[in-house]
Amino acid sequence: MFRIVERQRVNPEVNRFVIEASIIAQKRQPGQFVVFRLHEKGERIPITIADADAQAGTITVYVQELGKTTFQMGRMNAGDEIADVIGPLGNPTPIEKLDGEVFAIAGGVGSAEVLPIARKHKEAGNKVIAILGYRSKDIVILEEEFRSFADEVYVTTDDGTYGREGFVTTELKDHLEKGRPIAEIIAVGPAIMMKAVCDLTRHYNIKTMVSLNSIMIDATGMCGVCRVEVGGETRYACVHGPEFDGHKVNFDLLLKRLASFKEEEKISLERYQAAVGAQDA
Amino acid sequence: MPDTKIPRQAMPKQRPKERIRNFNEVALGFSAELAQKEAERCIQCKKPFCIEGCPVEIDIPVFIELVAEGDFESALAKIRETNLLPGVCGRVCPQEEQCEIVCVLSKRFEPVAIGRLERFVADWEIREGKMAVPEVAPPTGHKVAVVGSGPGGLTVAADLARLGHKVTLFEALHKPGGVLVYGIPEFRLPKAIVARECEILEKIGVELKLDFVVGRTATVDELFEMGYEACFLGLGAGLPWFMNIPGENLVGVYSANEYLTRINLMKAYLFPEYDTPIRVGERVIVIGGGNVAMDAVRSSLRLGAKEAHIIYRRSRKEMPARDEEIENAEDEGVIFNFLVNPVRYIGNEAGRVKQVELLKMELGEPDASGRRRPVPIEGSEYKMDVDTVVVAIGNGANPLVPSSTPGLETNKWGYIVADAETGKTTKKAVWAGGDIVTGAATVILAMGAGRKAARSMHEYLTTGKW
Ligand SMILES: Cc1cc2nc3c(=O)[nH]c(=O)nc-3n(C[C@H](O)[C@H](O)[C@H](O)COP(=O)(O)OP(=O)(O)OC[C@H]3O[C@@H](n4cnc5c(N)ncnc54)[C@H](O)[C@@H]3O)c2cc1C
Ligand SMILES: Cc1cc2nc3c(=O)[nH]c(=O)nc-3n(C[C@H](O)[C@H](O)[C@H](O)COP(=O)(O)OP(=O)(O)OC[C@H]3O[C@@H](n4cnc5c(N)ncnc54)[C@H](O)[C@@H]3O)c2cc1C
Ligand code: SF4
Ligand code: SF4
Ligand code: FES
Repeated sequence: MFRIVERQRVNPEVNRFVIEASIIAQKRQPGQFVVFRLHEKGERIPITIADADAQAGTITVYVQELGKTTFQMGRMNAGDEIADVIGPLGNPTPIEKLDGEVFAIAGGVGSAEVLPIARKHKEAGNKVIAILGYRSKDIVILEEEFRSFADEVYVTTDDGTYGREGFVTTELKDHLEKGRPIAEIIAVGPAIMMKAVCDLTRHYNIKTMVSLNSIMIDATGMCGVCRVEVGGETRYACVHGPEFDGHKVNFDLLLKRLASFKEEEKISLERYQAAVGAQDA
Repeated sequence: MPDTKIPRQAMPKQRPKERIRNFNEVALGFSAELAQKEAERCIQCKKPFCIEGCPVEIDIPVFIELVAEGDFESALAKIRETNLLPGVCGRVCPQEEQCEIVCVLSKRFEPVAIGRLERFVADWEIREGKMAVPEVAPPTGHKVAVVGSGPGGLTVAADLARLGHKVTLFEALHKPGGVLVYGIPEFRLPKAIVARECEILEKIGVELKLDFVVGRTATVDELFEMGYEACFLGLGAGLPWFMNIPGENLVGVYSANEYLTRINLMKAYLFPEYDTPIRVGERVIVIGGGNVAMDAVRSSLRLGAKEAHIIYRRSRKEMPARDEEIENAEDEGVIFNFLVNPVRYIGNEAGRVKQVELLKMELGEPDASGRRRPVPIEGSEYKMDVDTVVVAIGNGANPLVPSSTPGLETNKWGYIVADAETGKTTKKAVWAGGDIVTGAATVILAMGAGRKAARSMHEYLTTGKW
């Protein structure tokens, strides 16, 4: 059992959790994730480790409410226990001093996933430029954290209620056109956003890494549900990734595979919400 | 008195029509009366070949005689001297190729149902509400890490704990048992039996650390830094194989590991009460002819498939699955397609598999495995509509531990190189056994490898000699 130390709603659909998991807290590196199983009947879901406190033995994660499991997690509170926390999983992001700037690009809750990577790049001596995109002003998260270390931070919202109106690609395009000395781009967010970033940077031939959020079960390389196509080859996101060269990723396949269980996910969520609603009444 | 005129006792089973609507065990087990009757068939050979046929050399005639006498407790104790998991082996061992094939009775009559008797005594203990906990030697002060809680790891943990060593069993998943919990379905091996065996392990002092992925949570070298003096790797198989044909990544194409893990470990057959979903549809095809394929195809019927097909590129004779499982599948209405092989899958706009293109084969000359090689018949392609495809053609090796353990040699398939007699790897104080060394094999072989490794580990721990 793993105890939740803190839970805080950071926007209408995302909660920040601090969870006791001491070995993982000591061991984790940027780019890695954990798998949660909330309870005996629960699904195993992968979530990126946004931060950790090795001394306190805690990890911090940001979880967006999308379906049954993430909604249920959003109703858990400090003191509650999670049945299983497994990790750290996936390969750490390779980070070294680069010849040029690093652009960290995030969509929505992806900003929590990019955060530790961007920070480590800064620590490695790289100039870090963050572009954070959100649907709307009320879901902007972690802007302050990025401002505390990044050299430049740009925020976009789809509806223009905050920062620049448009997508992360709207902002990125300007920088590309200006010919900034970009050594590497790391983009994390919804598959569709990562695809858009890669389509754009491909023309400029700039290395673009993406963190793939395929469906996972064991996340140890046993089941093969997380398979993705990279450069025409089948790779397992949990053991070979989750980061890959975005220019080689078959995003259309990823998007289709993410929708594998759409109907079942709907049943599960509606059933849960009906049950919880009844409980509240 | 032994009596060869008694026929081999049939195993009571759930009727096919009923059982394909539930996940309860198919074979119901012997009653005490049936068991004793069957046990009386054993002629108590002076030179019992059956023992040689058993990879862990259970003293079969002695335990069977005890069954015949009705002393089930002693019979079980006798088995437990060499086999930690009688309830498991009695159910899933390929007895017809091991202990029973060499039983002298099989020359003129049918062999003694050794496996069924073994299962009977294990089940008897549960029914009686008893739990025999083996004796443990005084603590030696040595600490041992066992990685992986499949039958191989469980055996090493039990053997070393009984010798007084402090054993920690590290398991990546949230439940112990390896393939016994995530692969083999409930209707063939109830999970409560595996859980019980693990409980006994804890009773003899084995510490179970679940959710611990060696290679990630800690490397093998870090385990040594934590004070473990010896390490056994029982990692099992990993990375499911696909055929590398077009369309294999379409939605609705599962590896057998994914399919069975969803069903068994995550209990997707109880969705939405359990959160993990599975989608089966009306027509399922399973590619392959082994035990794994049989488990997948039979699970499909239980999940509501109208038609469940086996697609196998050779003929029935070459199928590696146990006869009993093939017969069960036939009785349940599984449709067998022999001498065909898929060449590609065709999907719809949503990327979901809709059709498979199959190619007919004929048998040619025997290949390296001694089985006749399937040869494609040119121009024989035909299509079949499908909702779900399960690829059950085997697994490669999981790279997590080998890639994070300097000095640990693997062969060209990624399996860990280990001495066949001792289980010693190329890295000092590290042993390995089971599927991660041999490739996919059997429960009892993994246990046999565990037993040999435990012996060698004990020697190392007590003498310090590698
Ligand atoms: C390596 C990795 C790291 C991740 N890190 C984070 C994180 O830090 N914060 C966060 O909020 N989410 C993260 N995700 C996504 C998260 O795992 C899913 O949102 C979660 O599994 C959804 O579970 P659910 O039961 O609530 O929703 P479901 O009912 O399973 O799904 C609801 C919707 O989410 C989509 N979905 C299902 N599974 C996934 C998945 N594995 N990834 C993305 N979308 C999915 C489905 O297409 C569906 O539309 C990560 C995923 C991966 C693979
Ligand atoms: C569907 C199916 C049906 C089968 N039917 C039969 C049958 O009828 N009869 C028979 O004899 N055999 C059968 N087999 C084969 C048999 O189950 C295996 O040969 C046997 O389980 C191998 O045992 P093992 O100890 O090597 O590993 P496994 O049982 O594979 O267990 C390995 C364990 O190690 C864990 N692990 C892996 N990597 C790590 C890591 N890095 N850190 C921590 N833990 C790790 C895994 O999670 C797993 O729990 C079947 C197999 C399958 C898949
Ligand atoms: S363990 Fe397997 S091979 Fe040995 S006697 Fe039992 S059923 Fe036969
Ligand atoms: S070979 Fe058959 S008959 Fe002889 S002892 Fe073994 S089980 Fe009994
Ligand atoms: S999640 Fe199972 S292999 Fe990657």
